[in-house]
Parts: sequence; structure tokens; C-alpha cells
Amino acid sequence: MSYLIETKNITKRFGGLVAVDKMSFGVKEGEVVAVLGDNGAGKSTLIKMISGVYTADGGSVFYNGSEAIIHTPMDALAMGIETIYQDLALAENLNVYSNIFLGREKTKKKFGIFPVLDHEFMYDESTKILNKLDVKIPSLKNNVRTLSGGQRQAVAISRSIYWNAKVLIMDEPTAALGVAQQKQVLDLVNSLKDHGIAIILISHQMRDVFAVADRIIVMRRGMKVGDLIKKETSTEEVVNLIVGSEMVS
Amino acid sequence: MTKSINSLIEESKLLKTVARNWAFCFLLSFIILFSFTGKGFLSIVNFQNIIHLSVIAVLMATAETFVIISGGIDLSIGFVMGLSSVTAGKIIQIMFNSGNYSPAVSILTGAVIALALSLFPGLLSGIMIAKYKVPPFIATLGMWGITNGIALKICKGFPVAMLPDNLTEIGNGYTLYLKSGKGISFFGLPDGVGNDQIRSYLRLIPNSFIFLLIILVVLWHLLKNTKFGQHTYAIGGNEDAAVRSGIDVQKHIIKIYVLSSFIAGIAGVFNVFQTGIGNFTTFGAMYELFAVAAVVIGGASLMGGKGRIFASVTGVFLIAVLENGLLISGVEPFYRFIAVGLLLILAIVIDKLFPDLF
Repeated sequence: MSYLIETKNITKRFGGLVAVDKMSFGVKEGEVVAVLGDNGAGKSTLIKMISGVYTADGGSVFYNGSEAIIHTPMDALAMGIETIYQDLALAENLNVYSNIFLGREKTKKKFGIFPVLDHEFMYDESTKILNKLDVKIPSLKNNVRTLSGGQRQAVAISRSIYWNAKVLIMDEPTAALGVAQQKQVLDLVNSLKDHGIAIILISHQMRDVFAVADRIIVMRRGMKVGDLIKKETSTEEVVNLIVGSEMVS
Repeated sequence: MTKSINSLIEESKLLKTVARNWAFCFLLSFIILFSFTGKGFLSIVNFQNIIHLSVIAVLMATAETFVIISGGIDLSIGFVMGLSSVTAGKIIQIMFNSGNYSPAVSILTGAVIALALSLFPGLLSGIMIAKYKVPPFIATLGMWGITNGIALKICKGFPVAMLPDNLTEIGNGYTLYLKSGKGISFFGLPDGVGNDQIRSYLRLIPNSFIFLLIILVVLWHLLKNTKFGQHTYAIGGNEDAAVRSGIDVQKHIIKIYVLSSFIAGIAGVFNVFQTGIGNFTTFGAMYELFAVAAVVIGGASLMGGKGRIFASVTGVFLIAVLENGLLISGVEPFYRFIAVGLLLILAIVIDKLFPDLF
């Protein structure tokens, strides 16, 4: 099976610094690929080029076999490439369903002319998607500020799934969570996999990565230094690749 | 201690409503208080006066509400209003006194051009803030000076006078004129009744009130029920999230400053209708600061993401009633500054103690 999303020789420079250097990798449908690397290895820059926050200086992104032009986050979203950032990108002052529909609010015509927000529709649809993913949230009319870290993560994921994510990029999804909530999120990742979604997981947590990933990509100083099948590798091998000690030994 | 109060408020729906609308409760208690202390305070005439004299402050506060919710601040609105006022005044003056145009045509042309002109200060501040990342405080402070200078240049430092008389009939008129035994008349005294007899008529519902209500309902709708409003809150709450969810944040911020400037322009044109002359804004007027104060008293946060139109209006009337009531009660006028200052501090303290209320 060919890759659903693929980068070929993608490069990003910030002045003299090469943040991502000719990086090539791909993810298939229903596959979880973890991207690992130390701080500053270029993981975030890599995913930001796929999600349209940064424009690549060289190389290209392929989606479903054809070259994808991604200049803005909207371009990526339109293709079904959704990103969940570490800070979740939720507006804490808005309620749950407003966040799920943020930027793509559903409107209806009042008196046949004035477009107004269709709160009922957004509320109902949000309830459906949260139920489908088995997420429990006290009230969708509560501000996101009042939710726990795991609930926020679930809201962010639900938002992506509702908008028909084909590729889901997750940046440190479990970093700020308690143990029970971490498990919830990992379960959620596994169920997304069953829905045939290609997932790119960025994480520091070796345990999480080994719990859900199918393949592991290791980055160091902007370059890919390892592309491993999870079942055929070990924590030590991955750690060695991350810190670069296999060069020494 | 605050924790227990917080949980207490959380449990009781009534308490929560009261706490959320503390400014409104304050307004009611002030009205009750001044009804006892000030002779003539509790009367239709006085309340209509308060509303009539607050129109400009209310417009300023609604303009500032949008900007503050988005996480910015607009210091230029006071002088944009002055610019709009002298521009409208000047055009009306020239056209009317040339003798070639009827008062109606002159007034309409002046108003439309002034309103159109008032879009530009906001457009410029908006572009500076959104595209060039100039802090809103600085960008609008620049516009504060520029608009004031242009306004003074246009009017040469004097109010623009010699305008048609009908102007103030519109701006200061009432919807209903009543006299027992003589019936009612709409929008003006009955035919054949001179202005000298105007005091014998009971005048109800100032035109300015209707005008204000229409604008407020439109702006309230815009903020509460539309994508524009939703995105304004989102940008104030988390600009990054707004960008990433595909909102064109730069364009939206420009729109917000244009809107704010335009509302100030409306205030300027209305000012001409109300006073019958084109007024430049004096340095001591501080419209923008009173607007910010009213918005914050209404529960908005200068950090952005919070605020409601009618809460800001409540803030304006709280200040207005306080000033009017203290005056009528015979308190020295200096105290009003102290009172407004205390209210402002109280608003911030309440916001900090109960962040989840609003």
C-alpha cells in the first residue's frame, strides 16, 4: 500500500540554521508513525510544513500520490490534514461546541437574509461526534477553560475527526496529562487507527510511542537518522539514535 | 476566603446572575440612592437627559468593546470623532452657505463624507497592527495625534458654526410631544406652536435614544450572533488558535479597527446633529479613556476574549448616573473622578477574584 501522506527532501531554513534538512518519510492509512528526536531536532518544524504553518524552502509534500500545494493552514485543512498542537489551539474563552466549529462555524439565515450562528446544529453535531469517540464532557456549553487536560485533548481530537481528518498530526498529546488521562488519549489514538486515519505522533514519551506506534522515525539535527518498524526495534536502539551515541560506539 | 465565595456563587444560580451583572446591580442601587439624596433625580426628564447626553459615550464604549474583546485597545476614537464632526460640519457649512444646495442635501453629503472618512484611521491602525505587528497602544496613539491634527487643521481651531437650524431639531428632538387637552404630535411641535412654548409640552423618547437603540441592537447582533463576533472572541481568547483554525486573523483585526473607527465617526456626525456645530475634540475630553473604563466596568478584560455590548453600555450609564446623581445631590464635582476611579479598580478586583464568572 502506498503512502497517504509523504514528504520528499523537504527542507526548512531559518536564516543560516537548517531546521529540517532534506527529510523524506511517509505514513499509510491506518498507520501510526511516531517522530522522535531531542529538543531542536526539527520535529515541530517538520510537522508545521505539512500543516501549512510554515512553507517549505525545498522539497515537496505528496498527498495520496500527487504533489500537494500547502501554503496556509487552510490548504492543509481542506485536504484533510489536521494538526493537534501541544497547546491544543483551543480558545479557552469559548465553549466546547464553538471550539469544535471554530473557523468553520455553521450559520443559518435569519429572516432569509442575515446569516447568524446556528448554535443548535453545532451543539447537536458536537454531541454526536463526542459520543462516537466515547468522550465524556459535562456540558458542551461550558467554556473550555473549565475542562481538564484530557477533556481538552479529547475536544481537540474530536474537532479534527468531525472535520474529516484523513491525516492527524499530534504534537506531544500526552505531555501535560495525568496517568489515567494519558491512557484515555492513547486508547483514542488506537480507535482512530481503526477508522483508517494516518497518524503522525510527535512525542518524548518512549512508553507512549511503543504503546501505539507502528513505525518510529528518529530525527537528529534536522535529519532523519532512523526509520524503524516498532516490532523489530527496542527502546535502547531508539534512544541511541536520538542522542547519536551509535556513532561513538 | 475567596474560594468559599466562589463555590457559593457556583452553587446558587441567583447569586451567579447577580455577580455576573454586578455593574447593573450597582447601577440600580445608585439610582435608588440618588432618588433619595437628589431632588429631581428620579424623573423622566432627568433620565432622558442622562441618555441623551450619554449617546456619544455609549457609542465610544461599544466601539472600544469590539477592540478590547479582540485583545487590543483603540486610543484614537475620541479624536476620530472630532475629525468626523468637523469634517461633516465644514462640508455642510460650505454647501449650505453657498446657497446652491438645500439644507437636506448639504447635511446628507456632509454626514456621508464624514462617515466614509472615518473608515481610514481604523484602516491605517488596523494595517499597522495586523500586518506590521505594531502594538495597538502605539498604532492608535499615532492615529490619536494624526486625526487630532487634521481635525484642527480643517476647523482652524474653532468650532464650525453657521449650519442649518434643522440639524438640532433632528439631534435634540423627541419622538413624542404631549400636552394634555391638546393631543400628541410626532417628531416636532404641532404646527403653529412656537419654540417658546416648548416647555409646556411633555417631551418623550428622545430621537437620540431611538437612534442609539438601533445602532446598539445591530452591533449587539454582530457581536453575539455572527461569525464576525465569534471570531472576535476567538482572537481575543487565543490568537494562535484562531490562526490555526483557518480564521484570517490579520483581515479580521483590520476589520475590527475599521469598525471601531467607523462607530467613532458615527458619534462625530451625531455630535453635529446634537450641538448644531462641528466640534473638534479637546484634549481634556478623554473619550477613549472613559470608554475603556466603561468597558472594563462592564466586565471585559484588557487581556481580551471577554466583554458584552450591553455590559459596556451598563458601564457607561453607571458612570453617567454617578456623575449626574452626585451633581444633583450637591456633591462637589471633583469627587466624580474619585468615584469613577474607585469603580474601575473595583471592576478589576472583581474580575481577578472571580475569573470564571464571565
